[in-house]
Amino acid sequence: MQRHLISAADLTRDDAVLILDTAEEMARVADRPIKKLPTLRGRTVVNLFFEDSTRTRISFEAAEKRLSADVINFSAKGSSVSKGESLKDTAQTLEAMGVDAVVIRHGASGAPYRLANSGWIDAAVINAGDGTHQHPTQALLDAFTMRRRLVGRDAGIGQDLAGKRITIVGDILHGRVARSNVDLLHTLGAEVTLVAPPTLLPIGVETWPCEVSYDLDSTLPKSDAVMMLRVQRERMNAAFFPTEREYSRRYGLDGDRMAKMPEHAIVMHPGPMVRGMEITAEVADSERCTAIEQVANGVSTRMAVLYLLLGGNEPAVAHPSPTTTLATRRSAPASEFRTEEK
Amino acid sequence: MDKQQEAQQSDARPVLEGPDIARVLTRIAHEIVERAKGADDVVLLGIPTRGVFLAQRLGVKLEQITERKIPVGSLDITMYRDDLRMHPPRALARTEIPGDGLDGRLVVLVDDVLFSGRTIRAALDALNDLGRPRAVQLAVLVDRGHRELPIRADYVGKNLPTSLRETVKVQLAEEDGRDTVLLGAKRSARGAQQ
Amino acid sequence: MSKILIRGAKVLGGEPQDVLINGSAIEAVGQGLSDEGAEVVEAGGKVLLSGLVDLHTHLREPGREDSETVLTGTRAAASGGYTAVFAMANTFPVADTAGVVEQVYRLGQEHGYCDVQPIGAVTVGLEGKKLAELGAMHESAAGVTVFSDDGKCVDDAVIMRRALEYVKAFGGVVAQHAQEPRLTEGAQMNEGVVSAELGLGGWPAVAEESIIARDVLLAEHVGSRVHICHLSTAGSVEIVRWAKSRGIDVTAEVTPHHLLLTDELVRSYNPVYKVNPPLRTERDVLALREALADGTIDIVATDHAPHPHEDKDCEWAAAAMGMVGLETALSVVQETMVDTGLLTWAGVADRMSVKPAQIGQAKGHGRPVSAGEPANLTLVDTEYRGSVDPAGFASRSRNTPYEGRELPGRVTHTWLRGKATLVDGNLA
Repeated sequence: MQRHLISAADLTRDDAVLILDTAEEMARVADRPIKKLPTLRGRTVVNLFFEDSTRTRISFEAAEKRLSADVINFSAKGSSVSKGESLKDTAQTLEAMGVDAVVIRHGASGAPYRLANSGWIDAAVINAGDGTHQHPTQALLDAFTMRRRLVGRDAGIGQDLAGKRITIVGDILHGRVARSNVDLLHTLGAEVTLVAPPTLLPIGVETWPCEVSYDLDSTLPKSDAVMMLRVQRERMNAAFFPTEREYSRRYGLDGDRMAKMPEHAIVMHPGPMVRGMEITAEVADSERCTAIEQVANGVSTRMAVLYLLLGGNEPAVAHPSPTTTLATRRSAPASEFRTEEK
Repeated sequence: MDKQQEAQQSDARPVLEGPDIARVLTRIAHEIVERAKGADDVVLLGIPTRGVFLAQRLGVKLEQITERKIPVGSLDITMYRDDLRMHPPRALARTEIPGDGLDGRLVVLVDDVLFSGRTIRAALDALNDLGRPRAVQLAVLVDRGHRELPIRADYVGKNLPTSLRETVKVQLAEEDGRDTVLLGAKRSARGAQQ
Repeated sequence: MSKILIRGAKVLGGEPQDVLINGSAIEAVGQGLSDEGAEVVEAGGKVLLSGLVDLHTHLREPGREDSETVLTGTRAAASGGYTAVFAMANTFPVADTAGVVEQVYRLGQEHGYCDVQPIGAVTVGLEGKKLAELGAMHESAAGVTVFSDDGKCVDDAVIMRRALEYVKAFGGVVAQHAQEPRLTEGAQMNEGVVSAELGLGGWPAVAEESIIARDVLLAEHVGSRVHICHLSTAGSVEIVRWAKSRGIDVTAEVTPHHLLLTDELVRSYNPVYKVNPPLRTERDVLALREALADGTIDIVATDHAPHPHEDKDCEWAAAAMGMVGLETALSVVQETMVDTGLLTWAGVADRMSVKPAQIGQAKGHGRPVSAGEPANLTLVDTEYRGSVDPAGFASRSRNTPYEGRELPGRVTHTWLRGKATLVDGNLA
């Protein structure tokens, strides 16, 4: 049994539903006069951020503080890390200070996995985004938001997202949010469609448990939720698309396109939004856009994850094989092969 | 349920049956009205799981007596337990505070069994974060003794002297399909036994 | 002169014979040989091969003696059954002048475990801009004939053309590290299903194949020969096969790890599997084995790339690329080629000794096991099976992907010009 949350693909349906149910209770704490629980009193959590991400960091920090954990924020910028200290040394230094959990954000895909599986430290590791690999708590808060809106706050308890049609639009290639969401939404029974220009889809995407489309307009009427991902303007310079204008014409969500969505369908965005690029102000500010809700739900979801991983003497969220990802679940290609297979 | 558990359960003997439980709750309701001088400001908070059902039943009885609406809610104490680190994390139950809140009210906590008192201590801590009641009282269906903290109940359905080797299991129709309180030998199925 | 009588060795995997070494040469090969004064080595059915030749080794000296030196690297080579290694040019300073290549060459001669033939850089500082003094390196004491910017691709088509043309004057060969640089910016592993899931930058097969296609056409155009380093994809095999069928003078090598391992291993994010070119797919592995068997790929070369522990004990993106290979190469080839029935032991000798010696013009190496030839020999216990223990390596580095893996075959003896460098598995 591991004590880490590295990839959304490591969560079973029951794990994920338990996290969402727990998050629903955590959300109620926000309505109280005293928004604090004593649960993680005496536990120390370090937010180890090798990449700037104020949003994610403060969301985790709020969650940790609401559970009464002692919080250490460690930003790699301006620290010994920028002078060449390794991830291993940094982690071991922090652990020597008595850290129970490390929430890590790192530019290198797999860095949290290495931290959790290399025997460098004993602390629990929670992935707060690694390179272009995974961002599991983002996927959980997105699923939480979808369940609330599409199933219901109370009706959703114990439920998954079976049959819900989720469309994810934007930079899938460089996006850890998309990867995590595909894994988790598939586990929860949703039908996922990725929409992007072919340049922003990874080679190999055809093996993912989802549909892929290059055409946004034909997908919108069949969507219960449309998640718009940020597209960095700089991608234009690397020839991923010709111009900002052409991108937003073909893949941006504006009022006209939103009108093609079913009435109950919601628009999601993990933030930060690039208004005028992937989403117009009209859509971003509409009732159907859940971007602000997602931020609030992020705190509740992260509280749930922290509680379930750290609240007891062992985690309540079980892990299958640490290397399990979406493809290995469907088929198990040989990682090497021996004479008899020849 | 395995065979051993079944056998142990069949050893258990009922100490309160359905009609007894109804009678006891009626008495407690009358006591609350009497001690609270009409129960004007009473809020009932049940402790999950079975305390919530008892609070709801008490609420109905209080409404019959006072002919007024009695606020009933639930208070999950999981996050306030002092033994969190000794078990895997538990799934959380609902905390539902009635609309008008707790400030200045008489809160009556309702639970099925009073044993070590640790649950009630956690409930008092949780209450602290939820508001400032005028006073807090405690109603339990069974008090089986063996307190580990200086806590006592204001309303007791039945005092049941027990040995630490024994278990007390409360079953309620809402959760278990029937109303009964069973006294049995230690270590049968986990759950509501205390 | 000392004499050694190897008794009952399966020469190139054939019927057991006796081999008598006198001084630095083989005196006789036959049944029932005897010699009163000779030291006797009972081969007991082990396989005797001509000493292995590695056309692609990184010895790291000068500059990175923390990962390997000429001494430790040649001891590792002797342990693996090698009698000659070609040392790549990407040292610090780069082996792009006569001075550096002579130093490396001399160190090899002094230590005496294995002949070290330096490879010269194609361009100054491996920068791909200006030809290094190829002629001067050739005329130096080191007698360089193989030139490579390995680690970097000579991606400028004009520079590559000129290099191919220029080395014709003295019969040299350019060994190309085929990697289109723009297609591999930020590349961390093979681009495909696994990279998509792991979110690691992709190294597409086409980045290798497009350069190989260009270079075989350039070689044809200028009438020169070209050698392709560590070919790793099924598509590259197709291109080389096509080029050979056209009569283009191209040779190619494959590493042991590309014959055995696939990119599925990267799922562990363990940088011990990080190598350039990257581990590919099962389809590629099978195509490489087939190509080595049918001769499309000429040789096995290790790309022995030692790195200190700290360069692998980190996150994937920060880790160095490369694996050590000298001490496990023959075992991997036995596992993937011999035990699968794809190659005989004579075929192994051809791919790991004869052909690499020919391509690199290593005099006295890769010769037949027969009377009058130099006694560069290696004796292999092919019945052995054991798990790889890096602690026992002679190399200074331990970055092997085979730790704990059971592999067949073990080199027990190596002779360099009649002098034993490895005896019963122990370095002399």
